[in-house]
Amino acid sequence: MAANPQLNANGELQHLLSIEGLPRDILLQILDTAEPFAGVTEREVKKVPLMRGKSVFNLFFEASTRTRTTFEIAAKRLSADVINLNVAVSSQSKGESLLDTVANLSAMQADVFVVRHASSGAPYLIARHVKPHEHVINAGDGRHAHPTQGLLDLYTIRHYKKDFGRLTVAVVGDVLHSRVARSLIHGLTTLGVPEVRVIGPQTLMPAGVEALGVRVFHDMRAGLKDCDVVVMLRLQNERMNGPLLPSAQEFFKNYGLTAEKLALAKADAIVMHPGPMNRGVEIDSPVADGPHSVILPQVTFGIAVRMAVMSIVAGN
Amino acid sequence: MTPKLPDAEALLPKLAAELKARVTPASAMIGLHTGGAWVAERLHPLLGFKDPLGLMDIAFYRDDYAKEGLKHDPKKTRIPFEVEGRDLLLVDDVLYTGRTVRAAMNELFDYGRPRSIALVVLADRGGRQLPIEAQFCGAKVEVPAGRRLRLKRAASGKLALELEDGG
Repeated sequence: MAANPQLNANGELQHLLSIEGLPRDILLQILDTAEPFAGVTEREVKKVPLMRGKSVFNLFFEASTRTRTTFEIAAKRLSADVINLNVAVSSQSKGESLLDTVANLSAMQADVFVVRHASSGAPYLIARHVKPHEHVINAGDGRHAHPTQGLLDLYTIRHYKKDFGRLTVAVVGDVLHSRVARSLIHGLTTLGVPEVRVIGPQTLMPAGVEALGVRVFHDMRAGLKDCDVVVMLRLQNERMNGPLLPSAQEFFKNYGLTAEKLALAKADAIVMHPGPMNRGVEIDSPVADGPHSVILPQVTFGIAVRMAVMSIVAGN
Repeated sequence: MTPKLPDAEALLPKLAAELKARVTPASAMIGLHTGGAWVAERLHPLLGFKDPLGLMDIAFYRDDYAKEGLKHDPKKTRIPFEVEGRDLLLVDDVLYTGRTVRAAMNELFDYGRPRSIALVVLADRGGRQLPIEAQFCGAKVEVPAGRRLRLKRAASGKLALELEDGG
């Protein structure tokens, strides 16, 4: 039997590569640990000494200022030393291989690698080659996974809705190209959300998406009916005028979240978005800034969730 | 042979009586998760503090993280008052090596600079590894080698000291 590449011999979290394949008790351990860290981020001194002396390497083979920044803040609040490497514009362009880059950084005494890469599976490759005391956290790999985003979405849902056991959650938009959607759907089904819906045009749905345990809707109004949670996905710029969509305006008309469409969901529904938002494409400004929106709290919770993940893996 | 353990319930009023003389308008109480919080929850209402009880989990300040990792299910520290300039009564169940108290003081100073901290424990079992002593102690207890002194809380809320295996 192939061992789970994310767990050590004691079944503890060694690397965070994907929500897929994580046991329910580890998902809950991360969410439970993030709660006291959220308390730390509300204090005047927003720092604990837990990871003093440890080094976190932010290894970004693909640019993402926001994700890198939240990992950097999380590591600093744990008192770790943080080294940011924008590898896209350094060694890789000189022809160094991925594993050579990692071996070099390992020689600089790394404890945690936070990896963002355009190729699906790159963090898995790195995790297979690091030393036993080194840990890999996937910060987004290709179209595959973005587990800390999925975890912060789960944390946000639990914060506002308390219990996963009776919720209807809709994930709306470009599911096909979204690594956020996959991570989140796996988490929601693992934690027992009875109804997960995906809403979007046929052209932006992955083939066989039903196998993930979701209900598929192409009509947004039908899909939003009685939802507790609406998760909007970003429509990536490069898709807007591509062959899969007629135009951004057309997309907004059918799948943009407006106050009128949101009114079909439950009265206390929350609206989430992983950012960065395209206002007027997937979400209307009055909704993004309205009373149902928890988009900015998501960012704050994301730091606590990343603190939890880093301190759990680095301690195992 | 197993030594006779003091009755935790009988120690509470005794501790409360000693603390009463010490409480000032600047006093506030903080209990350490989990056992210390139980003791503090019992003492707090007896002493007429103006602020609610604070609760602290020192998981993020432990000195054995590098060896043991992060403990499961840490609780949120909640200190519902300003720490700055206060006379704090820090409450724990069993005082042993002193490492928990060291961690708690470090965490407290990330909230502010108290005027004083006094340590209140239900039981002191000796075995200190740090220069820390309790100012208010319910009872001194001798614990045989290889055993651990633990506070238990029954469903009724009744507290009891017990010995279990493990150092």
